[in-house]
Amino acid sequence: MPIYEIVFYTFSLVMLASAVAVISVRNPVYAALFLVLTFFSASAIWMLLEVEFLAIILILVYVGAVMVLFLFVVMMLDINVEPLREGFIRYLPVGLVVAGLMAAEFLLVIWTKSRFGPEAFPSPPPHPEGYSNTQAVGEVLYTNYLLPFEVAGIILLVAIIAAVTLTLRHRSGAHRQNPSRQVQVQRDERVRLVKMKPEPRQEG
Amino acid sequence: MLTLAHFLTLGALLFCLSAAGIFLNRKNVIILLMCIELMLLAVNMNFVAFSRFLGNLDGQVFVFFILTVAAAEAAIGLAILVVVFRNRQTINVAELDDLKG
Repeated sequence: MPIYEIVFYTFSLVMLASAVAVISVRNPVYAALFLVLTFFSASAIWMLLEVEFLAIILILVYVGAVMVLFLFVVMMLDINVEPLREGFIRYLPVGLVVAGLMAAEFLLVIWTKSRFGPEAFPSPPPHPEGYSNTQAVGEVLYTNYLLPFEVAGIILLVAIIAAVTLTLRHRSGAHRQNPSRQVQVQRDERVRLVKMKPEPRQEG
Repeated sequence: MLTLAHFLTLGALLFCLSAAGIFLNRKNVIILLMCIELMLLAVNMNFVAFSRFLGNLDGQVFVFFILTVAAAEAAIGLAILVVVFRNRQTINVAELDDLKG
């Protein structure tokens, strides 16, 4: 089945090329958009591995939320890119050497002695018809990993509160309601009973 | 014939690219955050490949948690970035030296 290879190599090339673009383009907006392309290609490769749930989650969470957040921040801040680029050429040899050495080590481990070859890890059979990856992940997630799942929810809650409190800004001079003082108000602060003589009826 | 080694190689190359990106863009905090996201994606690629080839779903659950933590990290990191820019009018790492480290 060469179609698997064609899909794999196509999306791998797109993914690596867009990753190179992310770290090398001048404009952070383009970098964010290339990062979207990277995640999209990764999602396609996960789809090839029949990991459908995480592939969809990657697009929904990363492309839909995190990258929009990145784009939002990049466009909101008025950044002068030029001083941020200095040193790019200076550190290029160092970066290339370190990345090349790391890649060589990785490839040496992966491809020698066929540690991860077809004998040690034979290709898994395709899932039977009617198999639901989402259901399978859910069954593991809500039984064995219930406590980590709840902790993940708490982490997200903490992240929300932290992000809001970090960026919340009180403007001086703006009129704001104070709900605490509103509910603590007493009756005699608002209503004043006045005793007075009845006015005589005006004839006419 | 796609083997596990192909997918591991893809993850390894992606990780090396993002590491090189941290070297090259060491002044720009936004690109640094993006490189961290790329690193997490490379790690997730390994988790997914191993999970599929070992027939074990635990790896996919772990990727789920990594995605959760990465989303929280990105949100807080960008919030800190906004606050830094508001106070200093710059996000150049070289100028953020108040702690004199």
